[in-house]
Amino acid sequence: MLARTVSRSVPFRGIARQSLNRASTRASSSAAGAESASSPFHLTVTASVATAVAVGSAAYLYGQEAFASTPAEEGLHPTNYPWEHAKWNKTFDHAALRRGFQVYREVCASCHSLTRVPWRSFVGVMHTVDEMKAMAEENEYDTEPNDQGEIEKRPGKLSDYIPAPYKNEEAARAANGGALPPDLSLIVKGRHGGCNYIFSLLTGYPDEPPAGATVQEGMNFNPYFPGTAIAMGRVLFDGVVEYEDGTPATTSQMAKDVVEFLNWAAEPEMDDRKKMGVKAIALLTGLFAVSVWVKRYKWSPIKTRKIVYSPPVSRR
Amino acid sequence: MRILKSHPLLKLLNGYLIDSPQPANISYLWNFGSLLALCLVIQIVTGVTLAMHYTPSVLEAFNSVEHIMRDVNNGWLVRYLHANTASAFFFLVYLHIGRGLYYGSYKSPRTLTWAIGTVILIVMMATAFLGYVLPYGQMSLWGATVITNLMSAIPWIGQDIVEFIWGGFSVNNATLNRFFALHFLLPFVLAALALMHLIAMHDTVGSGNPLGISGNYDRLPFAPYFIFKDLVTIFIFFIVLSIFVFFMPNALGDSENYVMANPMQTPPAIVPEWYLLPFYAILRSIPNKLLGVIAMFAAILALMVMPITDLSKLRGVQFRPLSKVAFYIFVANFLVLMQIGAKHVETPFIEFGQISTVLYFAYFFVIVPVVSLIENSLVELATKK
Repeated sequence: MLARTVSRSVPFRGIARQSLNRASTRASSSAAGAESASSPFHLTVTASVATAVAVGSAAYLYGQEAFASTPAEEGLHPTNYPWEHAKWNKTFDHAALRRGFQVYREVCASCHSLTRVPWRSFVGVMHTVDEMKAMAEENEYDTEPNDQGEIEKRPGKLSDYIPAPYKNEEAARAANGGALPPDLSLIVKGRHGGCNYIFSLLTGYPDEPPAGATVQEGMNFNPYFPGTAIAMGRVLFDGVVEYEDGTPATTSQMAKDVVEFLNWAAEPEMDDRKKMGVKAIALLTGLFAVSVWVKRYKWSPIKTRKIVYSPPVSRR
Repeated sequence: MRILKSHPLLKLLNGYLIDSPQPANISYLWNFGSLLALCLVIQIVTGVTLAMHYTPSVLEAFNSVEHIMRDVNNGWLVRYLHANTASAFFFLVYLHIGRGLYYGSYKSPRTLTWAIGTVILIVMMATAFLGYVLPYGQMSLWGATVITNLMSAIPWIGQDIVEFIWGGFSVNNATLNRFFALHFLLPFVLAALALMHLIAMHDTVGSGNPLGISGNYDRLPFAPYFIFKDLVTIFIFFIVLSIFVFFMPNALGDSENYVMANPMQTPPAIVPEWYLLPFYAILRSIPNKLLGVIAMFAAILALMVMPITDLSKLRGVQFRPLSKVAFYIFVANFLVLMQIGAKHVETPFIEFGQISTVLYFAYFFVIVPVVSLIENSLVELATKK
């Protein structure tokens, strides 16, 4: 039967007769061809599903964070919190930033520097020019050498950077039992887990270290800190800060605000970045649509052309 | 005659990008070349811009990068573009190589193109490694220390070579400066190699095609057909790149590199960027240091043997079901190696890494020749009268 279908498809009788003999030998190969040609949709579906499964499982395997350390070295993995500002279409909550800065100034700043953040960067983000000028002037900075070569003191300006609590690393270590309080400018970007980690660390101090845990003299237990022994003690207690906007200053509220503020300190460009991103995606999607249209427009004659084999007219 | 065809330079442009006849049936998998060229252009433009604000000194490198991120107008955009396009570059080059393996692009008469391509991959990896050192975060410093120390595995002169590379007795200011100089130089070498890659292909038989037969039966001019086809994937590329750059710019980086380099403190884990992980996994799978280093470089150079070990009479695997299975196993194995490269060196990852390493090399030296011989025989049996 297959041989017949093959011969029927050849238009000229003379050729048909010749091919009849050949058809039987070709039958095996054309049988396979006919089968696969009969179910291209089935094949496409199978291939698509297989690809989706492969890509999906690869994404599942690889999409998870890779941990190169043992669990003990890493500390407890922080919970994933639904950070509002981390969403693609959200900005920082600027009232929260202002509260977070207050927490930084009144709690963190006694040990932690924020050296990459100048006073000017707050202007228009969470404070007015006058507020920031006043805040900068509360601090003293060295002047350039005067005519006699003396270095004097002057009040701070907007262009100055937030002063560090200690003169140098040695002073910081001496004041903190040998431990160095890290600079907080990049802390959210510079720690695995980012905001989740900082929040969990700040709120994760247990009242008592769990039974069996050994805590060195002068150290504190925190399950989220790699190695669990952290020099910093718990600093956020309910009501330790009195918010100027009247928000109840619970531990988690302060931790949340200061984490968001530190995220801003690490990525001050985030709001602009996301705004620009929305524009870029919108423009590029439009351009992509146009490019698909132009491609199809240019290719349609090629895609719809008919290729005909006109065999030489047979000799009678 | 049109000036495009008579002008000594424009006729080159015409020959490569305008009248250049391409097989009509090449699929979208043949678009990676133009995307990679685009990546190189983006990297050079953003890279030169970054170099205008960067300070290659161990004391100031990290600060100058933060200066770019915070104070330079749209500096964050330039830097995030540079960092994420580097990842995109490797993602696309792996797809490009995968396309080549699948469709037999390495087979004669395109062996020279394939060989130049392998050299490009090596230079790309060197460039990416050098570039990763420049921000001088913790991972920069310690990655540089680990990778340059690989040279110490060379017997007798290894340590001297390492100190020669460092320009001192550890990774120091001289190292950072020379890495910056080389990182600036290599992209232009890369551009020259890419041109050679193109010339080698263009002046032999041009692009292959999914059927693995001669492309001469049906060709279309590059303009407008392939210009507009390339443009489609260029916009897809830009959209995906934008998603990374604008919404998750640090998703592919290690947070450890936002901590300033500190020679006194080793980070808990030293992990390369994702695109180097498979080769890192191979390095770590071999218990002997020297053999591990040899295996890592051999893993890249193994691509060079494909024209020799693929004994198939057909070009590409699309009509060779056994080879197709072998190819997908190879791809899956490559992804497994990528996973293992980021794992802590402990059971069971050591054993799986070793199995995957053996499988990786077996593909090039055993599976491909054996399977292609089997398929040759099957084809002969089937077509014999």
